[in-house]
Order: sequence, then C-alpha cells, then structure tokens
Amino acid sequence: MNFDFSDDQKMLRDQARRFLTEKCTAKTVRKVFESDAGHDATLWKQIAEMGWHGTAIPENYGGLGLGYLELCVVAEELGRALAPVPFSSTVYLFAEALLAAGSEEQKKKYLPKVASGELIGTFARAEGPGAVTPKSIRLSFKGGKLSGKKIAVADGLDADYAVVLARTGDEAGERGLGLALVDLKGPGVTRRVEDSIDPSRKHAELSFDNAPAEALGKAGEGWDLANAVLNRAAILTAFEQVGGADICLAMAKDYAMTRYAFGRPIGSFQAIKHKLAEMYVNNELARSNAYYGAWALLTNARELPVAAAAARVSATQAFDYAAKENIQTHGGIGFTWEVDCHLFYKRSRELGLVLGSQRSWKDKLVNALELSNAA
Amino acid sequence: MDFEDTKEEAAFRAEVRKWLDANAKNAGGGGDDALAERADKEFLKRAKAWQARKADAGYARITWPKEVGGYGGTPIQQVIFSQEEGRFDAANLGSPFAIGLGMCIPTLMAYGAKDAVARYVKPALHGEEIWCQLFSEPAGGSDVAGLRTRAEKNGDTWTINGQKIWTTGAQISDYGILLTRTDPNAPKHKGLTMFYLSMKAPGVEVRPIKQASGQSGFNEVFFTDVKIPDSQRLGEVGQGWQVALTTLMHERLAVGGGQGGGLDVPQLMGLARTLELEDGPAIKNAAVREKIADWYVRSAGLKYTTYRTMTALSRGQQPGPEASIAKIVVAPKLQDLSAFAMELEGEAGALKGADAPAHGAFQMGWMSSPGLRIAGGTDEILKNIIAERVLGLPQDVRVDKDVPFNKLPSGK
Repeated sequence: MNFDFSDDQKMLRDQARRFLTEKCTAKTVRKVFESDAGHDATLWKQIAEMGWHGTAIPENYGGLGLGYLELCVVAEELGRALAPVPFSSTVYLFAEALLAAGSEEQKKKYLPKVASGELIGTFARAEGPGAVTPKSIRLSFKGGKLSGKKIAVADGLDADYAVVLARTGDEAGERGLGLALVDLKGPGVTRRVEDSIDPSRKHAELSFDNAPAEALGKAGEGWDLANAVLNRAAILTAFEQVGGADICLAMAKDYAMTRYAFGRPIGSFQAIKHKLAEMYVNNELARSNAYYGAWALLTNARELPVAAAAARVSATQAFDYAAKENIQTHGGIGFTWEVDCHLFYKRSRELGLVLGSQRSWKDKLVNALELSNAA
Repeated sequence: MDFEDTKEEAAFRAEVRKWLDANAKNAGGGGDDALAERADKEFLKRAKAWQARKADAGYARITWPKEVGGYGGTPIQQVIFSQEEGRFDAANLGSPFAIGLGMCIPTLMAYGAKDAVARYVKPALHGEEIWCQLFSEPAGGSDVAGLRTRAEKNGDTWTINGQKIWTTGAQISDYGILLTRTDPNAPKHKGLTMFYLSMKAPGVEVRPIKQASGQSGFNEVFFTDVKIPDSQRLGEVGQGWQVALTTLMHERLAVGGGQGGGLDVPQLMGLARTLELEDGPAIKNAAVREKIADWYVRSAGLKYTTYRTMTALSRGQQPGPEASIAKIVVAPKLQDLSAFAMELEGEAGALKGADAPAHGAFQMGWMSSPGLRIAGGTDEILKNIIAERVLGLPQDVRVDKDVPFNKLPSGK
C-alpha cells in the first residue's frame, strides 16, 4: 500500500508553501479583492518562473512533465493561500481541454505558452442560471464563427483564450454540441466584468458576435469532452478546497485558543470543540477522497468519474462547513471586512459553484456509481 | 501512489493466504452478529478451536514477540493477516478474544510479575482462557475515573465491593482486569488501583444486560467481599489511572473501523432499485440520490483514510491522528442510513426480521446503531478527544481535580 505522496512530492509542497507564505499574503489577496484587477500579475509571473504552470504538461509541449500528483500538491498550496491568479482556469481547465481534445498542432501552439505563463486561458459553459444541460447551450459555432454569450466565466476578464461549449449542429441534445477555442482579444468578442461573490477571482460575461474560433475536438463530442475535462479539473480543484478548509480550521483553532470569554479560552467549551472536531473529520475525509482522485488522475483509471465526483462533493462540503463555522467561531469580529474569514467564506462558495453545483455533482456521482455497478 | 504490496508484504500475504486456504475453510463462522452469539456455546467452541490453530501457527498475534507466542511481525503484517482472514467466515471467530488480547494481556505484560506473564499469556493466546475489562460503572461511563468500586487492604489481601457495567464478554470470561478505588480521600484520578482476578472467584456475580436491540452482549458484574491477593495488583497502589491509560492506548492502536454490520451505500442502492416511490423508482428520486451521494463520500473518505493509515504502517511510521475518526463517521451514518432506508420502505419499514424488506437488515442496523454511538467512547467524548489531543484545544474547566473523591458532588 502506497497511498500517500512521495518524499520528493512533499518537498515540493514545503517549497511551494514557503514561497506562497512569503509572496502571497492576505494583503496580496486583498489587493485583487478590493480593486478592479483580474489577478495579481506579479505573483502570476513568479509562479510561472517556478515552473508550476507546466507541472503536468508533457515536456514535448514545453512543460516539466512531472505529473498529476505534483500538480495536486501545488493545487493544495494555492488553495491554502487563496492565490489570486487564474491558475485553475488556465491549467486545470484550458490546458486539460487541449490535452484531451486538441490536435497535435493545437497542443504545440498553445501548451508551451501555458507552461511559460504567457497565456491565460479559461473554460466557459454556463449561459444563464440553473443547471448546464445540453438544452441550455445556445452559443452557436458554425462556419468557424461563434455567436452568443457565456456568463459567470471565472477569470474571463483577463483570459487570452477560452474554450467554450457550443452548439455545432442541429442535432438535439448532446450530439449537437462541440468545443471551440476562441481568441478573446480577437474581433467580435466583448466582455463585461460581472459583480461576483469573490472578487479575488473576477467573473465575466463573454459575448460573441461572429467571432472567429477554431474547433477543439470533433463536433458532436463536446458534451462528453467537457465532462471529461470537468472531472479532471474537479480533482485538482478538490485539492485547492482541502487546502482552504485546512486553513479555516487552523484559523478557528488559533482564535479559540486565544480568545477568552467567561473567564476561559472559548476553545475549552465543548460547543466549540465539537464544531472544530467536526471540521477536522470533514477535512480528513475530503483529503482522503482527494487522494483517491489524485490516484485516478495519475493512472487515468476507469474509476475516475466516481473518484472525481466523490472528491468534488467531499471537498465542497468540507470547505463550506469549515469556512462558515470559522466565522461562527470568531463571532462578531469574524464578520468584519478587516478579518480574513470572509475571504475564505467567499472563495469556498466560488469554488463550490465554478465547476457546477454540489447538487449536480451528487447526481453525477450516483450516475457513475450506477454505471460502475452495472459493469 | 498505488495500492500494491511491497515485495515483502506480498510474500507475507502469499504465505498467510496459503495457510488460511488450508486451515480456515472448515473453521466455521460467526453468523451475522458475532456479538450476540458470544454466549452461544457452539460458537464459542468453534472460536476457541480456531484461536488455538492460529496460535499454534504463530498467527494469533502478529505483532507480539515470538517469545510470548506472537509472530514477531509488523503492524502492516497484522493488517494484511486481518484482510486475508476477513475473506473467510472464520474472521468473526476472533471476537471473544479481542478485548483480552487487545487490551488486558498487553496491560498484564506491561505491569504483571514474570510468573503471572508466564502463567496467563499462553492460554489467552490459544483461546483457552478469555479475559474481560472491568472499568465502566453506573457512576463512571464517559467519566471512567469517577468509578466507586472499593478495594480495601487487610494484610496481603484486598477486599472488593461494588459494581461494574457494560462489561463485554464477562459471561464467558475466565479472568478480568479490574480498576478500583483504593483511596476515596485522594483526588479521583489519584485514588485508583488496578488488579486482575478470576471471574470464578467467590463473590463475583455476572448478570447479562438485555439491550434495547433485544440482544445481550454486555453485562453487569457485582462484587461482594471478593478477595484478591496483593500479588494480583498491576502497578503501584494509587497508580491505577496510569495503568488504565496503557490499556486504553492499546484499544486505540487497533486499526480499522469495519463496524456497521455490512450496511452501507451498496445495500441502500440495492434497496432503492427495488422500491417504487410516488414519482417512480426510488433510485431515480433526487432526494434519494442526494442522500446516497452524501453517505458515499463519507464511506469512501473513511476507506481511503484507512489506506493512508496502512501506508504509514507500511512505511514503518506511526499512523497520523486521522485514524481516530472512524467510529465517529461510521456510527451516526449507520443510524441515519438505516432510518432513511426504512423511510423508503414506507409502512413496511415498521416490520422487522423476515417480514421486513431486505430481511430486516436496515431495522437491525437502526436498532443497534444507538449502542454503536455510545460503546467504546460516545460521539461526544470522541469529539472531545479529537479537539484536545489532535487539535490541541484546552481541556474543559475541571471542577473535580484536586478535590478529594469523597467530597465530589455525585448526583444520583
């Protein structure tokens, strides 16, 4: 049994943690949170210099080709630091979409730029409120042109390119969908920053009016491709969520040890102890589910859909609980702008929604369980 | 990352598998609920025979040194043996000896005299003698140190009077380790002393408790003027709490958490596939699917947490504190999942046994789960332990420290 990260991977984690502790403080996060900036360009550049963007990108496409376990390690650290950079959109989604569906030419063209940090990418699905379903996709991709809009696109404000799920044919349902890759600085593209719960990751509405785009993968396969990409991104994002949840627990614990009420530290009250113990249990379960997801990513296992959905649901639950009960443990001070609790509260919800809601992932999980039972 | 054995582990697994294939098939089993069957004479006969066979082969305690009859192996080898044994019904046959070998005998080995170790370890290992642990009392459950059973010394003999409760396996036990109060004037943790005694000694009376589930796995044990020689004391007078902590530490070293009677998400999904609700098959119902997902991520999370623990053991490291979350996850889940399954069964959910859907499996889980949430540390105590020992939060304010035990308020 070897169900843990290696010593080298743990060294990478320590190195990443030291780096981010220094370069990505709460002040760094707030600078983006409280301004119009879409991300912290300095931090983005420094991370690129560390080579993190190309962690799992094969060497022949300009990456380090280390692998997915290493990327999971980096993801957890970025999650702990609430790093205000478009890493997940670019690396977990955009790059994964290229790796899954791109032609050799497309991979050669875009992946080295991802690895070097020159290119910010994102992935756009939703067009309105409610679940994303084949029926909900109206953005049209015909004759190499995109027309329509996407909403709530994470990091959509700063992205250079986007992969979009679009209607490529007249066939009903999934069969009429495909993926397209579009230059967001090209003609026919307008974007509008949207007001969002977590401004440390800006969300944008993207409008396309006959914007030139290229097909990514075959027309008609967009739905399956998008889901495959989402599954992989869900596992990597779960590590960010677990990282965030652990910080919330640490914050709540530190506060409970030093805050006195009724003549003693509030951490000596069982009401607080049980809350923090519950956080710990949730976080450990989420971590273990995320590890299984990491294994599935590493081996491209048949179990990946189950592993991804379980990691996603478990991590979303853990981060949601830890973030809200961290505020509760702090009491009134935790609800002020100055104290960092709300940054985690907002990020926990943002991460919990950006790849689709917990409700929809629970449904995917049971679908995947039913399929694996049938097999 | 992989789930493979190392070369040495694979070799051990192959050795164990070969031996089990040759020996375990005819050993019999323990049925669905070994706890309830412990008092069953036929079951006990099979259990003792299987224990003796394992002990003869050196497999009864993998991590014990060879000198005391163990295998001299590592914790991961113990895990591997348990996994392999778990493929056979015979795995349930170990339950009558679990407390004796897991807790009592290690305490005896740590604190007992040489001749006592020589006398008692081997018969316990071979299943010839069964041990129980006499700690909990009506006045001391979660607060074990609140116990009142008195031991008074006269010459070289101690006289015991009092009552224990929730003693697992007392009705089939030959010996027990007994925590008593020897100094009521001392603060409560400081006036305790540990002994071992024969459960057949005059003045020891065992009464099985009928549980809410209808089963009887636990007992009350009464002591009336029971005489124990001072040579059967374990540790110094007044040091009983430290000795008890050794015992309880051995309890927590046990890896696993396979409790739950085999009721989990696969069984719930199986039921949901067969039942119709207002809007069609239960398995297609959104509320049902959401619950399935909730419980699945907790079960899977626990399973992979166990893998992390095994990885630490495999690397020769101490497992992290994450190993302590098992029961707190399993027990409430069993209760909620069983109750939800009964919801799906509708009015038929009120039936049990052969009259109920799925042969009453969920009713059985629902009825036994309150006990699981209490035995071996209540949910609340386990949360305190996580908060204090894992997270390092301060202890609750104690009004019972540094106060003579006999001056403490005691309620009813």
